[in-house]
Amino acid sequence: MKQPAETVTVRHLRKSHGNTLALRDVSFQARAGEICGLIGPDGAGKTTLLRILATLLVPDSGQASIEGLDVVKDYRAIRSRVGYMPGRFSLYQDLTVEENLHFFATLFGTSVQENYELIKDIYSQIEPFRKRRAGALSGGMKQKLALSCALIHQPSVLLLDEPTTGVDAVSRKEFWGMLGRLKLQGLTILVSTPYMDEAGQCDQISLISEGEILRIGTPVEIVRSFRKPLWNARGDDMHRLLLNLREHPAVEACYAFGGNHHLTLRDDSLTPAELSAYLSDRGHAGIRIAEAVPGVEDCYMELLRTPQQTLL
Amino acid sequence: MSRVFIFFVRKEFLHIFRDVRTMVILLGIPVVQLILFGFAISTEVKNARIAVLDLSRDAASRAVTERLDASAYFDVGWHLEHPGDVEKVFREGKAPLVVVFSERFQQQMLHSGSAGIQLIADASDPNYATTLTRYAEAIIADFERELQASDGVAADGLSADGQPGSTQAAAPQGIVPQLTILYNPRLQSAYQFVPGVLGMILMLICAMMTAISIVREKETGTMEVLLVSPVRPILIILAKAVPYFVLSCVNLATVLLLSVFVLGVPVAGSLVWLVLVSFLFVFVSLSLGLLVSTLTRSQVVAMLISGMSFMLPVVLLSGMMFPVEHMPRVLQMLSHMIPAKWFIIVVKDLMIKGAGISAALPEVLVLCGMAVVFVTLSLLNFKHRLE
Amino acid sequence: MKPVIEVDRLVKRFGGFTAVDHISFEVAPGEIFGFLGANGAGKTTAMRMLCGLSKPTSGTGKVAGYDIASHPDEVKKRIGYMSQKFSLYGDLRVWENIRLFAGIYGVPQREIAPRTDALLSRLDFAAERNTLVRDLPLGWKQKLSFSVSVFHHPGIVFLDEPTGGVDPVTRRKFWELIYQAADEGITVFVTTHYMDEAEYCHRVSVMVDGRIEALDTPERLKQQFGATEMDEVFQQLARKAQRQEL
Repeated sequence: MKQPAETVTVRHLRKSHGNTLALRDVSFQARAGEICGLIGPDGAGKTTLLRILATLLVPDSGQASIEGLDVVKDYRAIRSRVGYMPGRFSLYQDLTVEENLHFFATLFGTSVQENYELIKDIYSQIEPFRKRRAGALSGGMKQKLALSCALIHQPSVLLLDEPTTGVDAVSRKEFWGMLGRLKLQGLTILVSTPYMDEAGQCDQISLISEGEILRIGTPVEIVRSFRKPLWNARGDDMHRLLLNLREHPAVEACYAFGGNHHLTLRDDSLTPAELSAYLSDRGHAGIRIAEAVPGVEDCYMELLRTPQQTLL
Repeated sequence: MSRVFIFFVRKEFLHIFRDVRTMVILLGIPVVQLILFGFAISTEVKNARIAVLDLSRDAASRAVTERLDASAYFDVGWHLEHPGDVEKVFREGKAPLVVVFSERFQQQMLHSGSAGIQLIADASDPNYATTLTRYAEAIIADFERELQASDGVAADGLSADGQPGSTQAAAPQGIVPQLTILYNPRLQSAYQFVPGVLGMILMLICAMMTAISIVREKETGTMEVLLVSPVRPILIILAKAVPYFVLSCVNLATVLLLSVFVLGVPVAGSLVWLVLVSFLFVFVSLSLGLLVSTLTRSQVVAMLISGMSFMLPVVLLSGMMFPVEHMPRVLQMLSHMIPAKWFIIVVKDLMIKGAGISAALPEVLVLCGMAVVFVTLSLLNFKHRLE
Repeated sequence: MKPVIEVDRLVKRFGGFTAVDHISFEVAPGEIFGFLGANGAGKTTAMRMLCGLSKPTSGTGKVAGYDIASHPDEVKKRIGYMSQKFSLYGDLRVWENIRLFAGIYGVPQREIAPRTDALLSRLDFAAERNTLVRDLPLGWKQKLSFSVSVFHHPGIVFLDEPTGGVDPVTRRKFWELIYQAADEGITVFVTTHYMDEAEYCHRVSVMVDGRIEALDTPERLKQQFGATEMDEVFQQLARKAQRQEL
C-alpha cells in the first residue's frame, strides 16, 4: 500500500484583519483521503484559514500549498482542484435547485451528466425538489445542494466552512455520513465546525482558539492527552451542586456536561467517597460520583485553561 | 469559454426575471418619467390664472386683457379694483401674475410711447415667473405692434388734426425686440427634458443596477464561490453587463417611441447616430457601475453612491433642468465631469437640432475618453480575491 | 402554582400546510423548558405565536396570564426575547444598548442607571461599558444579550438558539446565567441544536412534523427511549419525520 501523501501543507501562517490577528503562526498537514477537522468557536480563525486555502485571501506571512501548488502563486491551478463551500449559504436563492447545479457545473467547464455519479448519493435526496427555488429549501437541504455544487467539478480537495452550523442534530449526522462516503472515494476533506461532538468523525483534528492551534492529533490521541482525573457528578440540585463543587479546593474546574457535571481534579488525592461526604455536608441529596471518560470537549476546555501546552 | 458565458448571461437574466417587481420598475420608469415631465410637472405655461388691475378701463387696456385671456397661456381669473388688492392676491396665492394697466393707458401708449403697463409676478418660483412674464410681454408687444401698425393708418387721418403723437408713437416700433425662438418654437419643455430623461434612465439602469447586482453577489457570499472557480473575473463582469445592456436598449426604444408619438418631439437628425451615441453612453455608464462595484461591499452603499453621485448630478448639473451657464464656476467645472451632461448635449444636437454627428464630435470624444478611464480604473481595481 | 405558559391544541396553518399541529403543554414558573425539533418541525412558528408575533389558526395559548390571540401586546410586555441572529446593535455602545432596550420595555427611568451598574458588575463588564458591542467577543455578546433580555424582569424569556457558535466554556457560563435567571423565578423557554444542552433543561419537548412527540424530563425521556444521551432520543424521534420541510 502506498503511503498517503500530504495533500494540504500549512506552515507558519499569519494573517491579520486590521488590528485583529486572525491567525498567528498556524501550521498543520492533511494527508490525502483524510477528513481533517478544524474545531473551535466563532472567531477562532477557521474561516480565515479556509479562505487562504481557497486562494481567496493572501497570508501576511508563511506558506500554504495544496497538492504541491502554492496558494498564492498557483492560485488559478488550485481553484479548479478545490471544492469550496463558504460558511453562509452561498447559492443563488432565486434560482432553482437544478439551475444552481447546472450553473456551477458550467462555471467549472463541466456538465451535470458528466459528474453525476460523484454527487448522486447526495443530489438524489434533493432531486424531487429540483424545480424549487434554493431560497425555499430547508437548512438541511440547502447544505446538500451546496455540497453538490461544490462537488460537481470533481475536486480532489474539499474545503467546507462550518457546513453544519445551525443545522439540526439529525441533518448533521446525515451530513457527516455523506462526508464519510466522499472520503472513501478518495477526497481530502478539510471541514471546520464549532461542534466538539463532531470531532469523532474526523481522522485528524486541530483544536483552534484565537488564531492558534492548541493541539493536533487523531481524536484518540487528543483524548489520551487528557491526563488529569475526570469525574462525573450528579445530584438533585444540579445548579447548586456546580457551585459547591467549584468551591472544593481539590477541584480544578467544573462544568455542566449533559446530565452530569464534569469535574477535573488537581491530583489523585481525593476519593469519590470523600467528595460525596463533602457534598452531603452541604445538604445535597441523590449524589452519584463516578469516573468519567474525557471527550474532545473536555480536552478543549482544559487547553483553554492552560494555554501554554506543547504540541503532541 | 463561450458556453460558460452564455450560461452566465442566462443566469443574470433569470435573476432579473425572477425579481418581477424590480423589472417592472426598471421598464416602467421611462414611461412614468416621460409622462410626468410631459404632462404633470411640465414647465410650460398653459391657462395660468392671472389677475388684472385695470386703472385705465379704456379700449386698449380691455383689448390687451382680452388678448391675454384668449391666449392659450393665460386665463384672466380676477379683475382687481384697487392697487391694494395686488398684494392680497399674491399672499393668498391666487395668481402668479398680475397685469396692471396704469391710468390713461391708451393715451400714453399712443402719445408718449412709454409703456403704462406693469407686470408683477410671484417670483417664489423664479423659473415660472420668468416664463410667465416673457409670454405676457410677447402678447403685449404683439398687440402694441398691431396697434401701431393700424395706428399708422389712422395717424395719417389724425395728423390732419395736427396730432403729432403718431410719429412719436411709431418710433418705438423699431426698438421692440424681435424675439425668435429656434428649434423649440413653442417653448415646449418636452424638448428640454427628453434628452435629460434618456440620460438619467440609461445611467440608472446601467450604472446603478450593474453595481448593485455585482455587490449583491459579494453580500450573499456567492462571489466567494465564483472567485474560487477557474472562470476569469472579466467574464463574470461582462456577463453582468449584458442583461442591463438589453434593458437599456428596451428603455431607449421606449423613450424614443414615447417622445415621437406621444409627446410629439421629432428625431430631427440621424436616428442611427443617435442610437450609436446612446450605446456609447451605455458603455460609459456600465463601466462607471463596475467601478462603483469594485469600491463597495454592500448593496446599500452601492445604491447610495450611485444615487447620490450619479443620479442627483444628472438631474442638477447636466443642464436637464437648470441651465449650467447660470451656475457658479465651481459647479460648471463639476458638471464637466458628469457623463450625462455630454450625452445630453449630443442628444439635443442630434435629436432636436437635427445637427450632423460632426457637430457633436467633441462631446462624443469626451464620452469615449471617459469610457477608457472608467474601464481602466475598474479593471485595475477588480479583485481576484476577497481583499 | 399557576403555569406561566398554557397551550391548548394550538394550530397554525399556512394555506394547506399545517406548520403547528395541535400542540398542548404547560410550563411552570421558574422552569427551564427545552423546545427541541429538527429544522422545519415547526419550532419557530410555535415560538412566534407564543411571543404574540403571529396569530394562531385555532386553539388557545396563554402566556403570563394573557391570551396570545386577543392580547398580544400585553404578552409582549411581559416576555423577554433573545435570538442568535438578532441580539444587540453592534454600532451602539454597551450601555446604550442596555438603555435602549430598557426604554423599549418600559423600565422606569430612575431604575435604569442602578440596574445597569448592577448588571455590568455581575457580568464583570464594568470596564466594557463604553465599548461598541460589535467589538466584543461573540460569547460576551451572547451573555450581554441574554442579560438585556431579562433586564426588565419579564416573567418568561424566550431564547432562540442562544449559544450557536460559542466556545464550550462560554456556552456553559451562558447556561449558568440561565440557571440564575430560573432561580430568580424567570421561566426560560429555549431552543438549541446542542443536545447536551437539552440535558440542562428541567423538561424537554421534541417536535416532529408540527406535533409534540415527546415531553418529559430528560431523565425519563432517556429511560423511555432506552437511551443514554438526549442525542439518541432526538435522533430516534426526529427520524420519524415524514414531511419535507417548508
